[in-house]
Amino acid sequence: MISFSHVTKRFPGGHQALQDVSFSIDAGELVFVTGHSGAGKSTLLKLLVAIERPTSGNIVVNGQNIGKLSRRGVPFMRRNFGLVFQDHKLLFDRNVFNNVALPLQISGFPGKDVARRVRAALDKVGLLKLESAMPITLSGGEQQRLCIARAIVHRPAILLADEPTSNLDHEYALEIGELIRSFNQVGVTAIIATHDQALMDQLTPRVISLRQGVIETGVTA
Amino acid sequence: MKGWLAAHAGGLGAALRRIGVAPLGSALNALVIGIALSLPVGLYLIVANLQTASRELTVTPQVSVFMALDANRAEVAQVEARLKKHTQISTYRLVPRDQALADLKKSSGLTDVIDGLPQNPLPDAFIIDAADVAPATLAALRDEIAQWPRVAHVQLDAQWALRLDAGLRFARLVATVLATLLGVALAAITFNTIRLQVLTRRDEIEVIKLIGATDSFIKRPFLYFGALQGTAGGAVAWLIVAAGTYLANLSLGELSHVYAALFQLRPLSLIEGLALLLTPAALGWFGAWLSVSRHLALIER
Repeated sequence: MISFSHVTKRFPGGHQALQDVSFSIDAGELVFVTGHSGAGKSTLLKLLVAIERPTSGNIVVNGQNIGKLSRRGVPFMRRNFGLVFQDHKLLFDRNVFNNVALPLQISGFPGKDVARRVRAALDKVGLLKLESAMPITLSGGEQQRLCIARAIVHRPAILLADEPTSNLDHEYALEIGELIRSFNQVGVTAIIATHDQALMDQLTPRVISLRQGVIETGVTA
Repeated sequence: MKGWLAAHAGGLGAALRRIGVAPLGSALNALVIGIALSLPVGLYLIVANLQTASRELTVTPQVSVFMALDANRAEVAQVEARLKKHTQISTYRLVPRDQALADLKKSSGLTDVIDGLPQNPLPDAFIIDAADVAPATLAALRDEIAQWPRVAHVQLDAQWALRLDAGLRFARLVATVLATLLGVALAAITFNTIRLQVLTRRDEIEVIKLIGATDSFIKRPFLYFGALQGTAGGAVAWLIVAAGTYLANLSLGELSHVYAALFQLRPLSLIEGLALLLTPAALGWFGAWLSVSRHLALIER
């Protein structure tokens, strides 16, 4: 489903974020990308959704070569993904319901389907009662769950999470871990960039470990 | 098609919400645009009104022939005979000097002054409708009749109207130039407004780009905002011009009493009004499109 072959990413200025990285991920897998800060975890996720383009090598997702995708093709490719951000990236000028509705509105879902799906997603993350609250009034854990609801509301094939538990208490982190596990159990491919050892112990995923832009262990090239 | 409509309805809704969030700022913007637009539109309306009036007057340009004050009946009859034979004259009418004085007394209300005159100051006159009303032919006719014996003065009644018409054409040009300049200004104002909006919504734009929004999805609310702002400005201009026309007609009504002639400004027609709404809308859309395209490219993600 996802394959990196000999991917290198060099930033302007000469910083080498990834070097000759190759691996592949099958549909339905749960994969953690680990490593210290600056090891290239975030870069790897950014390459997956074409926020950055590889300097060399190929990234193929669902048969599409991400690195060679046209500008116009990028938004449609991104709709295959659900993105969970470390800093949530919620929109604070609208309520919980409308934050979750955003991906559906972007893809042009009809109004009544939107409401049904948004409530289903909010129910899933336990925020159904807060649908008309403003995000600023939510706790850190609730904000992260809201971010997850927004990521899965359009039922993406792949869930990408960048440090989803790094700002959370242990208990909240466990909840997030359970949520990720439940999506993975219904067939969603999940790729999590993290250095949260507790989360790893909880979910026992396959691990791709990066050190200074190079893969250390867990390679299935 | 249904999805396309829904997408545009969504864009329009988002634009309306943005106006709703800052109603005062939006109203002031519309006011500025409206006041600016009302200048050329008002000028245009005045020109259009005067042009209609002058055209009515110039439909049948007449030639007035004034005899010498001391011309006697036989001499007047001689001129009349020549007019009758002249091929380029379709009809003519003799206004005897006594009748002219009586008419003047009746219409001007200057009875006392006229009664006090030692003698009738008016000459006998002919009012001629020419067969061919081309300005050149009329001028030739005037020059010819002026040579006849005992003819004191020949006047083309249409001449002032022709001069007025030339003046109005100039005023119309001024209105057009003004409208063009202010149209450019409108697009520029919108460009700037949208630039600020894009910058303040930078985070939101980055997020919705990340979750798969196309450029058109992001642009649509901005484009509708530009178009709505232009339309609102056009509506304000329409109101200003309508109010101006109403007030002008009130005072023209008083003038009409004095001059015993009715001259009223017509308001903007429905078509002109719609053009006044749609043209700024298109300009606003264009300014917004330029701005959002340019500034979105700077938020490349």
